[in-house]
This record gives sequence, structure tokens and C-alpha cells, in this order.
Amino acid sequence: MLRTRIIPVLLLRNKGLVKTIKFKEGKYIGDPINAVKIFNDKEVDELVLLDIDASKENRKPDFEAIKDIASEAFMPLAYGGGINELDDIKKLFSIGVEKVIINSAALQNINLITKAAEIFGDQSIVISIDVTKNFWGKYQIFSHTNKKHNNQDLLEFAKLASNSGAGEIILNNVDLDGTQLGYDLNLIEYISKSIDIPLVACGGAGNINDLKLGFDAGASALAAGSIFIYHGPHKAVLINFPSQQQLKKIFTIN
Amino acid sequence: MITIIDYGMGNLGSIKNIIKKIGYHAEITADKNIIANANKLILPGVGSFDKAMSNLQELDLIDIIKQKADTGTPLLGICLGMQLLANNSEEGILSGLGIIPGIVKKFEVEAPLKVPHMGWNEIVYNKNCVLYKGFEIFEETRFYFVHSYFYSCNHNEQVAATTTYQTPFTSSVFHKNVYGVQFHPEKSHKFGMLLLKNFIEQL
Repeated sequence: MLRTRIIPVLLLRNKGLVKTIKFKEGKYIGDPINAVKIFNDKEVDELVLLDIDASKENRKPDFEAIKDIASEAFMPLAYGGGINELDDIKKLFSIGVEKVIINSAALQNINLITKAAEIFGDQSIVISIDVTKNFWGKYQIFSHTNKKHNNQDLLEFAKLASNSGAGEIILNNVDLDGTQLGYDLNLIEYISKSIDIPLVACGGAGNINDLKLGFDAGASALAAGSIFIYHGPHKAVLINFPSQQQLKKIFTIN
Repeated sequence: MITIIDYGMGNLGSIKNIIKKIGYHAEITADKNIIANANKLILPGVGSFDKAMSNLQELDLIDIIKQKADTGTPLLGICLGMQLLANNSEEGILSGLGIIPGIVKKFEVEAPLKVPHMGWNEIVYNKNCVLYKGFEIFEETRFYFVHSYFYSCNHNEQVAATTTYQTPFTSSVFHKNVYGVQFHPEKSHKFGMLLLKNFIEQL
């Protein structure tokens, strides 16, 4: 029986971890290696590590820092941020990353994804799409590099991404990031039914029930930041993860 | 010496890392002479079947791997590395290593299941396979999988574990000194650590 993947998302900034709200602020929450070690002990399913400044600052991934983090990760590790050529991907795999997450570069050049999937296997190439709603409530693709929307149509791009050779899509609702108000279930349903590859939902999960709702809406895996980082009403930093028994009860599918 | 064969297919660093974590040293190499002298061989691999076989061919490693397997050196194929032990694959046109007879087939599953089969899944292991020695301590045994193709083994007695994704498939094989696992022990916490410890210490 395949267990639904529950994936903590860690945001890297200046070699430390931060947590954003709607992609802004960026509160320091701790040391990445320490966090990964705790997630090891909690037997977390998978980890996503995103360098949230790399593409914006037009620089390469911090390979040294990623290598140190990866060497402590005994679960699958996906990395995103600043990847824009095949060489970056090759280098990331050689230092212990399992999957690469490509966002800005996929918007600019989908061929990079197709090529990478051919060489490294589709399961290791992930496209992430960040979404916001505009003034009229229409979904738009959010671009990190220029902090505004991208002109490509969301559904068309999701289909393009699904057919590009990528193994999965991480769909992140920027407006819900860090809010813990629950996933955008309409968005998950809208996109997941139109693509053939697994969809990882991200943005807004506030509790374990939200994860289940995201799954029921059509996500193959559930990613979240705040709920695995914060604890209690005052949002004290406490790395946590549901027990396997809890997860099994809620999520087992076949 | 534990030797990880580097033929340009995927993530070798994480295997070396977990072996270090359980107290051993592994080296990563494409050097035929080093491979010839290995006490334990690990054939990892992520990517496509034909690309893997053609890389092995270009590096002239096919004969030495077969020879080591024939002469009793414990060999562990991981993920695509396990699939390469088969005779051939629906994913490509090149022949596999043909060490454990079988064919690699593509998953055909119905919605909502998707291909690749990706995530943590349980295995039912064969107690006769030494890789799973001591696994009784776990209430359930689960590993991390990422694959679109699976091994269809010709001989039932060579099936070391099965996993269910819509229907049961072979998730681990063994024959004499050669072992294969479709999942990723290097990314499977305590389960992977025990499996690799068994491979290193029990063989």
C-alpha cells in the first residue's frame, strides 16, 4: 500500500532556515542541518529544500551548503533555487540530492526540463509553479525573478509542464503561504484533474486535517512549512512531524 | 572494500553517506581495476535503462561486473541498478546484464494511481533472504520507491520481496551472491540502514 507523501518544506536564506508569509518577511527559524537531523529522527517521508533568494539574486545554488545538508538527509531530498542549466542538476545529484525543483527556468525554457528528464530520469525532475489570484480572482503564475505575474496561462502551463517530461509538479498558492488557513482546494482540484503526473500541494496547510483535505481534492502528496516548524498558538519554533501511525490511519491508499 | 560503481547514472553521494552513517567506508569509482578488487559491489542507478547500459558499455564495465557476480562477490543493485540485472527492459532496446533472469516492464495502473510509483510503500520480504535479517523488529517494513518500471522475475524462488501498487510486483530479487532492491535503502531511514548493514556484515 503506497503511503501518501507528507513533505516538510524548508526555506534556505544565507545558510539559515526561514519561514515566510505570502512569500514575504522570512523569519529565522534555525540551522538547516539541525532541522534535517530532527526530521531524520521523526522518519519524515521526504524533504523539500528551497533557496528562496538564488533565482532572485541571479546566482547559482550554494552547492557547499546543500552538500552539508544532503549528507545528513537519510530521506529523499528535493532541492530548488537557482537551477538553470543541466550542469547545475548534475552537480546537485552528485552531492546527494534526489530531485531538483525548477521554477523560474521552466517558465523561461521548458526544453531544459525535457532534456533533464531524458538524462536524469523523469522522477528526479520536479517543476514548481507558484500561483496567486489577481484582483479579479483569476489564477496567475507568480514569477520570483521579477515579483510579478507571468503572462502564461496557468492551466496551459501546468499541462505543458505535465507533458514536458517532469515527474511531478509542486503547486504553491502564494497567497496562502504561511497563513495556515488551509490549502486552496479548488486550485488543487482544478490542476490535478488536468495533468497526468503527481501533484504536490503546497501553501496554507494549518493542521493534519488540511493535509487530508488536500489529498481528497486530488493532490498526490502534501507539502507544508508552518505546521512542521511551529507549535502552539504563539508559533514557537518546534520541528515536528506526525507519527507514522497517525499518517497511516489517515492516508493509506492503494 | 565496499565499492559503488560510478557510471554516470544518478545519486551516488547519498549511498556513500548512509554507509558512512552505519560505520563503514565506501568508495565511488568507475575504475575497472578497483572494481575487480572490490569485496562488495553496489550498482546504483537512476535514469533510463538504455542510457545506463550504454554508459556501462562505454566505460567497459559490463564484463567485469558479470565476472565479479559469477565469482561470488556480493553485488547489490539499487533501483535502476536492480533492473539492469535483468535480461531486458520494455524501457529500452539494449540487453541488460542478464544476471538474474527477468524482464523489466512498465507499470500500468488505473487512476487515481499514477506512474511513477513514488513514495513510501511496504514490502513483504522473503525470510530466506539475508538482506532482511532482523527485520522482525519492525512492525511494518517500508521503503522509499521512485520508479516507472518493475522487475518481472522468471523464477519465484529468486523473489526476495514483493510490494503492492495496484497489484503485487517484485520489489527485491536475490540469487546466490547477487541482490537487487527496487527501492532506495539510502533514503529509507532505519530500514535502509539495517538492509545495508546486512549486505555489508552478513555476506
